[in-house]
Amino acid sequence: MSHHDTGDESCLLEVRGLTKMFGELRANDGIDLEIRSSEIHALLGENGAGKSTLVKMLFGSLEPTAGQIFWKGKSVQITSPGQARALGIGMVFQHFSLFEALTVAENIALSMDQDVTIEGISERAAVLSHEYGLPLDPNAHVADLSVGERQRIEIVRTLLQNPELIILDEPTSVLTPQEADKLFETLEKIRSEGRSVLYISHRLEEVQRICDRATVLRHGKLTGDCDPRAETPASLARMMVGSDVKSVSNTGGKIGEKILLEANDLSAPARTPFAVALENINLSVRQGEIIGIAGVAGNGQSELFDVLSGEERIARDDGVKINGTPVGRMGISARRLLGAGFVPEERHGHAAVSEMTLSDNMVLARHRSDASAFLSGGPLKVIRHGAVLQASKRIIEEMDVRKSGEDPEASSLSGGNLQKFIVGRELDRQPTVLVVNQPTWGVDAGAASRIRQALIDLAEQGSAVVVISQDLDEIFEVATSIAVINEGALSAAEPATDMTLERIGLLMGGIHGEEPAREEAHAH
Amino acid sequence: MELTEAILFTITTAATPLLLAAIGELVVERSGVLNLGVEGMIVMGAVVAFVATELSGSVYLGAFSGVLAGCALALLFAFMTLTLVTNQVATGLALTILGLGVSGMIGENFVGQPGIKMDTITIPVLSSIPLIGKLLFDQDLIFYISIFSVFGVSWFLFRTRAGLKLRAIGDSHGSAHALGITVIRTRYLAVLFGGACAGLAGAQLSLVYTPQWVENMSAGRGWIALALVVFASWRPLRVLAGAYLFGAVTIGQLHAQALGFGIPSQFLSALPYLATIVVLVIISRNKRLTLMNTPASLGQSFVPDR
Repeated sequence: MSHHDTGDESCLLEVRGLTKMFGELRANDGIDLEIRSSEIHALLGENGAGKSTLVKMLFGSLEPTAGQIFWKGKSVQITSPGQARALGIGMVFQHFSLFEALTVAENIALSMDQDVTIEGISERAAVLSHEYGLPLDPNAHVADLSVGERQRIEIVRTLLQNPELIILDEPTSVLTPQEADKLFETLEKIRSEGRSVLYISHRLEEVQRICDRATVLRHGKLTGDCDPRAETPASLARMMVGSDVKSVSNTGGKIGEKILLEANDLSAPARTPFAVALENINLSVRQGEIIGIAGVAGNGQSELFDVLSGEERIARDDGVKINGTPVGRMGISARRLLGAGFVPEERHGHAAVSEMTLSDNMVLARHRSDASAFLSGGPLKVIRHGAVLQASKRIIEEMDVRKSGEDPEASSLSGGNLQKFIVGRELDRQPTVLVVNQPTWGVDAGAASRIRQALIDLAEQGSAVVVISQDLDEIFEVATSIAVINEGALSAAEPATDMTLERIGLLMGGIHGEEPAREEAHAH
Repeated sequence: MELTEAILFTITTAATPLLLAAIGELVVERSGVLNLGVEGMIVMGAVVAFVATELSGSVYLGAFSGVLAGCALALLFAFMTLTLVTNQVATGLALTILGLGVSGMIGENFVGQPGIKMDTITIPVLSSIPLIGKLLFDQDLIFYISIFSVFGVSWFLFRTRAGLKLRAIGDSHGSAHALGITVIRTRYLAVLFGGACAGLAGAQLSLVYTPQWVENMSAGRGWIALALVVFASWRPLRVLAGAYLFGAVTIGQLHAQALGFGIPSQFLSALPYLATIVVLVIISRNKRLTLMNTPASLGQSFVPDR
């Protein structure tokens, strides 16, 4: 590695040989990156490729193990976020660093270094948010705002510091398509002012649409530095994944007559002040059908999953029917015994106990529904270890779960592999009804396509499947019909072939926090 | 008239240590730290204040020593939980046990000795207002500090930038760190403030309430202070209301026991706890407001990922 004391002065930010070790793991291995002024620069890579590690080092919240950072040609050591801000680097986080209990103005005040009164900040924030087309109410509590609105706070908060480089971490994953369009307009305005943007994403269409250059990472290593507009989605994907991703085949099996899962006028009050109440939800899923439920995070997806799975029971028994049987007051095990399977959202702590082995995790889910296979008789119900291990092995083979050791702890698997196991655990039972929530969130492309294919195959064998997902690409890939959940209400399911991104966006509520009158205008 | 005034006076005396300890713990918990060692810090404050007063002859030097004793214990707690990242609940419980034990040892030769009572400071003019004049403006220094601390803490938390940062750390220490706010240092300061308040509460017990040293003289006040903070949903003015309600019912039931209403004395003794819990539960029934004020990272250890 050659050592230079000065970098290229035409670059706003230059990174040479940046490396970060976590123990033995090289999260970043000799990364080079050049960002010029007035440039939207994409940082592409799959989950776990090392994108977040890299930007954390640029923003001073992680310390590099080796390598150099140059800011406007001068070598710098960025040791804290405060120092990064002082240089002129602003960051909009993926998992927002907002304080729910505080107001919008208080949240903004916290990231301002100079002493400005909260009232003064409210005014400046109002002016700025208007200028960039980011509507905000400074006195609202963050807890009451939609995810899209929260992101606007982050952006306004960053812009108030007048940075020369703005880092955006996966900004569109939480937006409706309309909100994303609005964001791109804001980014182009930022670029036209001579500022630069480092845009982190794994969505290729976006990168091709708005970015001037792209740096691609895979397994912590640099695998590409290109002009995304000169590339094809396939060539970009190859740089990201390393091989061609098997595309999902959806032939669209026969949809039967029998309704296997039904929700009738289902309502449930919000359990906590920050939860969402479900309002008059109607849903019917027939044999061979996959209903995709789209929606922006926090609009009642987990609440809907809870009432369908029986984690939350409702007063009216016929609010939910499985296979024609009213189950509203039944618990999870009773619903499983009727042939249903459920895969909740969070892998760790909800779908699986991280500290337990895979086989233990399998018994935890199926100890009632497959009692005869896994437990021997008698009052003690002793676990039949052999049968459990065998079934666990079957799932691992079927879903191609990569792991180390015979029967490792759930926490030792990567996100994608654990998710494959959790989905496979339900599929192994051949459920007639399957409800999954965010099946491929934070999962690498290979695992995601494997899981999606498995869901399609299950429906083709005559089961009814509900996929709740924020990922619209996923919804379009697997669903036969699409419904949208917004503020606890579910739209009627429409055939996937008739749905457009635009229509889904409007059903998602268009642009949150704007005057409803303007949304009407959009609709016509 | 004389009697009413005397009764009201005893109520303020009973409420002051609770108020001080609770206000200190409120700041600690707002920063996201749960210090269950309040009882231990109070009793250490009490014994050190008493012994220092006996040795120096000055109650103010004694009270100041009590504050330092509370701080010393708090510093130990902060070092354990913030620097060594031990479990806050277990460390706090250990602190209480340590405080009770060490205080008994320090005060062994002082048990039963007559102490010096802190004089009242009479504020001219204001103290001649009928009924409340003497009650509010002819009191000892610790009383004035306790009332001032409520409004001071309230102003600090909700009107100053440092207070905003402290609340932000309590709400989400990870986000606060990402913004460059110094989580650990702020928490150290908050824990030390809590220790100082608890130490002063202890000094009040051994210099004002009953000017002498008795082993375990904190008598569970630390635990009541902890409960007050929670039931007051981390709002300073509600802590004031709660502490005085508790003081009032405590004194009231003592008089009721003396008069002998035919109510079992055990029930009367339990009354302050019941009344305080009922009233504070009622005023905090607005769930939204309570949730907004609950420090979301309370009791969680923080390790910056560098």
